[in-house]
Amino acid sequence: MTTLVVAEHDNATLKASTLNTVAAAAKIGQPVHVLVAGHACAPAAQAAGKIQGVDKVRVVDAPPYAHPLAENLAALVVSMANAYSHIMAPATTFGKNFLPRVAALLDVAQVSDIVGVESPDTFVRPIYAGNALATVQSGDRIKVITVRTTAFEAAVADGGSAPVEAAEAGTDAGVSCFVKQELTKSARPELTAARIIVSGGRGMGSGENFKLLEALADKLGAAVGASRAAVDSGFVPNDYQVGQTGKVVAPELYIAVGISGAIQHLAGMKDSKVIVAINKDAEAPIFQVADYGLVADLFQVVPELTAKLNG
Amino acid sequence: MKVLVAVKRVVDFNVKVRVKADGTGVETANVKMSMNPFDEIAVEEAVRLKEAGAASEIVVVSIGPAQSQETLRTALAIGADRAILVDASADVQPLGVAKALAQLARKEAPQMVILGKQAIDDDCNQTGQMLAALLGWPQATFASKVKLASGGLEVTREVDGGLETVAVKLPAVVTTDLRLNEPRYVTLPNIMKAKKKTLDVVKPQDLGVDLAPRLKTLKVVEPSKRKAGALVKSVEELVAKLRNEAKVIP
Repeated sequence: MTTLVVAEHDNATLKASTLNTVAAAAKIGQPVHVLVAGHACAPAAQAAGKIQGVDKVRVVDAPPYAHPLAENLAALVVSMANAYSHIMAPATTFGKNFLPRVAALLDVAQVSDIVGVESPDTFVRPIYAGNALATVQSGDRIKVITVRTTAFEAAVADGGSAPVEAAEAGTDAGVSCFVKQELTKSARPELTAARIIVSGGRGMGSGENFKLLEALADKLGAAVGASRAAVDSGFVPNDYQVGQTGKVVAPELYIAVGISGAIQHLAGMKDSKVIVAINKDAEAPIFQVADYGLVADLFQVVPELTAKLNG
Repeated sequence: MKVLVAVKRVVDFNVKVRVKADGTGVETANVKMSMNPFDEIAVEEAVRLKEAGAASEIVVVSIGPAQSQETLRTALAIGADRAILVDASADVQPLGVAKALAQLARKEAPQMVILGKQAIDDDCNQTGQMLAALLGWPQATFASKVKLASGGLEVTREVDGGLETVAVKLPAVVTTDLRLNEPRYVTLPNIMKAKKKTLDVVKPQDLGVDLAPRLKTLKVVEPSKRKAGALVKSVEELVAKLRNEAKVIP
């Protein structure tokens, strides 16, 4: 029995989420194949072949997969599904978008956002915004699973030498098409992979004030995140959002600035190794999860902190 | 066009849930229940489409226990025209819900089905996508903007890297994200009007759907608690602790 990991990539490179998903697949304890579906995606396929723990890469290079449209990608995965007992994808917007279609077409359940593998049919997943962990067992003939990337240490990207085989492409379903994208360009690390995150909330007051956090992040080599309130208020774009329905992060250090600590925000960052909270409200719930809390005016202490750090 | 909206009754988002000591699940007895926030956004979007003249009828549906009728009445009060309850136990899972919705969609023939991207209790984020697949329809998930364009929809989606816009042909399934709209407050006159709107109750057998859950929950536990933290009095103290105690900065 074999596990298929559907790779997340941009044709030129593999996304880090693919490495975490391969790591989760390895825990199932059977051979792992990686599907790279794209257009002009040979570089991504080559990269997949180098991941340690991958036994084969199957590449489908054709125009219908230039963008990961759910309708086309799901149909392709379903066409290959009978060779596999497990089909996995990262629980990123890429994986969450298309994989349930695969499950429905195969008439099986999907296990979303797993944080642990107990056995080939039993998995642990968070529910109620991570306030509870459920251990669930699937009796379906094919297990369809999305993987919370922060719960599995990335597979090593080099040193593997899996064969890369071309597989048959499907056709464009013709019911949807990609129009455009507006992606945030930043020299900072990606939120989900950053070792340190500086995150701002409603207390920042404006998008302009996020410059204070950016200066701190630059000193720390950190990524910048935000609470829902900051995004809703238009301070920063949506891809900064950390939370139950935004990004789930688990950095070594999470500095929450002007963030009250609503349940939904905690869901996205409470697995951080060290949490620092800076807020002028001593009653803010964030202080209940913080390892170090500083009750102070962020406009005074953030610049002070930036100045006092090395680097 | 007719729009079908699916809503779920869930533990209210403000409630800090407690895991039952016997490990069988989360305490839901006597806990405040509400419409799933994302589904509320879906109802609001459908009503706005109707107010703009783009939707002719809004049918709202829920698959769940009898108390889901309250949730449906709220949707009717927001502005839906007619409601359907598929009477089922609370332990329904996305695949079963999608199958029930697919049957209803085949009967009602809407041009659009809209629902929340995920329920805040199980956090699955599957139902809309599964429904679209079962119907053979395109999908536009995590929608932050929905525009009617010739013969279809142009939907802006919130994705990990920012925003992505897709065009889908109708009929289609849309799942809502937080910033699609801000739902209106339900007014008392509308609550009274909603009492007179039709609410039909059907059984899963009537739809020919098997709602038996596929995943078996073996146990539910609390996540491991964090060690209690401490307040620091100054930036100096914070830096020293981060450097020497936590060892997360050089």
